Amino acid sequence: MKNVLSIFLMVFLLTLTYSSAGAADMINGAGASFPYPVYSSWAYDYHKATGIKFNYQSIGSGGGQRQIVGRTVDFGASDDPVKPEALKKDNLFQFPAVIGGVVPVVNISGIKDGELKLDAETLCGIYLGEIKKWNDAKLISLNPKLKLPDAGITVVQRSDGSGTTAIFTNYLAGVCTSFKNKVGEGKSVKWPAGIGGKGNEGVANYVKKSPNSIGYVEFAYAKQNKLTYTQLKNKAGNFVQPNFDSFGDAAESGDFDSKKDFYAWLNNTPGKTSWPIAGATFILLAKEKKDSNVKTVRFFEWVFKNGDAKAKELVYVPLPKSLKDKVRAYWKANGIQ
Amino acid sequence: MAGACPCHSIFLIAERYETLVIQKKNPIDLLFSVITAGASFMVILLVIGIFAILLKESSLSIGKFGFIKFIVTNEWNPVTELFGAAASIYGTMVTTAIALIIAIPIAIGIAVFVTEIATDFLKGPIGAAIELLAAIPSIIYGMWGLFTVAPIMTKYIEPALQKSLGLVPLIGMLFQGTPMGIDLLTASVILSIMIIPFTASISRDAFNLTPAVVKESAYAVGATQWEVVRDVVLPYSKMGVFGGIVLSLGRALGETMAVAFVLGNNHQITSSLFSAAATITVTLANEFTEADKDIYLSSLFHLALVLFMMSFIVLAAAKFLLFKAERKINR
Amino acid sequence: MNIERRRKAENIIALFLSSLAAFSGISWLVFILGDVLIHGIGALKLSLFISDPVPPGVEGGGLRNAFAGQMLITLFATLIGVPFGVLGGTFLAEYARGTRVAAVVSILSDIMVSVPSIVIGTFIYAVLVKPLGHFSGWAGATALAVIMIPVVLRTTEDMLSLVPWTLREAAFALGAPYYKVIIQVVYRAAATGIFTGILLAVARVAGETAPLLFTSFNNAYFSLNMNGPISSLTATIFQYAMGPYDDWHAQAWAASFVITATVLLITIVGRILISWRLK
Repeated sequence: MKNVLSIFLMVFLLTLTYSSAGAADMINGAGASFPYPVYSSWAYDYHKATGIKFNYQSIGSGGGQRQIVGRTVDFGASDDPVKPEALKKDNLFQFPAVIGGVVPVVNISGIKDGELKLDAETLCGIYLGEIKKWNDAKLISLNPKLKLPDAGITVVQRSDGSGTTAIFTNYLAGVCTSFKNKVGEGKSVKWPAGIGGKGNEGVANYVKKSPNSIGYVEFAYAKQNKLTYTQLKNKAGNFVQPNFDSFGDAAESGDFDSKKDFYAWLNNTPGKTSWPIAGATFILLAKEKKDSNVKTVRFFEWVFKNGDAKAKELVYVPLPKSLKDKVRAYWKANGIQ
Repeated sequence: MAGACPCHSIFLIAERYETLVIQKKNPIDLLFSVITAGASFMVILLVIGIFAILLKESSLSIGKFGFIKFIVTNEWNPVTELFGAAASIYGTMVTTAIALIIAIPIAIGIAVFVTEIATDFLKGPIGAAIELLAAIPSIIYGMWGLFTVAPIMTKYIEPALQKSLGLVPLIGMLFQGTPMGIDLLTASVILSIMIIPFTASISRDAFNLTPAVVKESAYAVGATQWEVVRDVVLPYSKMGVFGGIVLSLGRALGETMAVAFVLGNNHQITSSLFSAAATITVTLANEFTEADKDIYLSSLFHLALVLFMMSFIVLAAAKFLLFKAERKINR
Repeated sequence: MNIERRRKAENIIALFLSSLAAFSGISWLVFILGDVLIHGIGALKLSLFISDPVPPGVEGGGLRNAFAGQMLITLFATLIGVPFGVLGGTFLAEYARGTRVAAVVSILSDIMVSVPSIVIGTFIYAVLVKPLGHFSGWAGATALAVIMIPVVLRTTEDMLSLVPWTLREAAFALGAPYYKVIIQVVYRAAATGIFTGILLAVARVAGETAPLLFTSFNNAYFSLNMNGPISSLTATIFQYAMGPYDDWHAQAWAASFVITATVLLITIVGRILISWRLK
């Protein structure tokens, strides 16, 4: 028995000493799933180039905000911009990292990428549970040439606190008053219909698995998983396809002001060819965490220099050069570089 | 000193106690007894600690919504910051109830088969299979549910149910809407498969305790096997079976992973089993790390508290009933 | 005559139904295990164990981080939980045998065994994650240890109670103090039983997911730092299976296969030990 006890003790001490080594080169962050594909790709390249580990866990924008406010991570990520007053209250910095578009995706047999046309009214109707079937008269009148099935629509939304949902509902509430009154906007709202997936990942997974379903995801998820995306009617009244150019057009209209900690939305922008549902995704830092802030900022400095190609490959829009400079100035002004 | 103990009275507590009192004079022994006592009081400390911490963390929500009102309010709206647990509690109760309805007959059937019907050759493997089924991690059930069971439900079982039972008045209410496979019914089915082994193995043990003499005298007067089971074995072992069912009930109430994959996370109370829902556990798993406002997080702690109390009360009540029944038998 | 026939028919129907139930029980097991086996074996590659995850879209990658993290968390959970469980069980079966305190702790432990594991996760988040300001492997290990303690405690109590009291008295007669009797005689007599109890408790917590989600969190990199977020197989399976990428699904199946095989193996060893001992 004594032997067993001493072995027990030795294993304990050994693992104890071993396990507390090697903590230095890790940046821990969590938040939005919207930029997860590009962050994880950047982190992979950054680790190769510098040896520093950038651990990003995709748990949703609500989670990113909660965890940085609770100071359980080094940085939080959110596509739902935090208002300057709230930042001040929780002692946070905020800056944009990359821009992307939210696209409706469907799973209807026989319908290919970019064939189905939707407008604000039909999208609202579907997510309010008012349009229940794919062969609804409103959908047919928008898509006279398509063969839409006589099947119920399985609506998929996000179950978690999501910036993608914030962008999506901000758009729907902006273009359709009944949605604004019945549901409202926010990171997680009370959906009248459908099933909820966890993260962009979960929504993409459910749409992929369920026939006759519709969901909304960041475009990289649609592309990587070969989900069928739709066209949308924008503010100028044109039907547009989601792609790098239409997201870029939306990004151009963005009014990012470093004095307001870059708080801005990119929804329903007036450009002729701009995609109506787009947004920037933001990084949140705790003001007093000086050391880890420098590490995080170093990562994004590296990304601003070397990450544009990777972002474009995944159909995210890198920040325009002028905005990058504004962000750099913001870092400098706040002494985190 | 130990020699003072009269050695034939093995199970008399009083005399043993006497031994112990003498023993406690040894300082190392005293130390050892204090250490072991401390370790066992850890359990009491944990129960009180969990309750106290959950109560403290949910105080914000209890203060704003009220403990009881929170339970009966059907509202889960992070936008307006109004929270109520009714939908989650409803989901927990419905999945648990359906899982038990499916699992109990099957589990008892298995126990009957293993104890009364199977030859010795079959007893071993089936018993082992049941034990293994109980050991599979719940996340495996969840994954299997999402990738394998949900598509089968969508394609075959749910449309079939809709076409048959769905047309019956009243019961038909349960089978409305588009069959999606990610819903209450699928979650309940997975849950029932998960709890079958718990009920089955405890029922089997209880059946085995029925004295052979009693069974044989029933056979001697010409009873069939089924009559022996129904009129002799089941009444004799009903408390044991009840214990098994309660254990499964406890498991089903608190299971997270097996249902998280296939429930669809929607805070709504609907009559149809074909709609997405939320249980307390799934709500916690999905939203706990992501609740952004303090009141939101506090409400989640409040949910955890409700779940803790639910399972604690159910199990404690069952323990109490079993205890009382035991005393009755012993008298 | 008519009654006779009805009874016979009833008997046959009832026996048929219970055979059917037993058969269905077996077929569920075959179904699940077969499914895990088929999907898992195909995705089982050496790289799964020796390389770290890569971002979606990049070929290859593995779950080395999750294997290491899972082992570390389970190991520390065992190291924390087992002493409490064994010592606590010792108190109930020896020093406090037959007392009211023992009965209360025993019943509370039985209830604790069935407390939802996710509730324990929220509890540990409140006491170890929020005050310390970061997710950590320690928090995960502690959460699992809390689940283990009552399980080990109850088995230890049962196993020690099975050791005949005469054995202790024989040792008392030689003048040994009680603690020596417990350590050198009682533990030795119950060693297999206690060990089996520990094995089964390890098997139980090794497959737990819910209490790890808010405690050890997850980590995309290989890390042995118990003070920071650390990856676990089960949390990774949850993330990967809910995700949309096909290679994530494949890796989740492979990880499920490994974890199921391990847990079942431990369980089988435990069961064999028990039946071997009871003979």
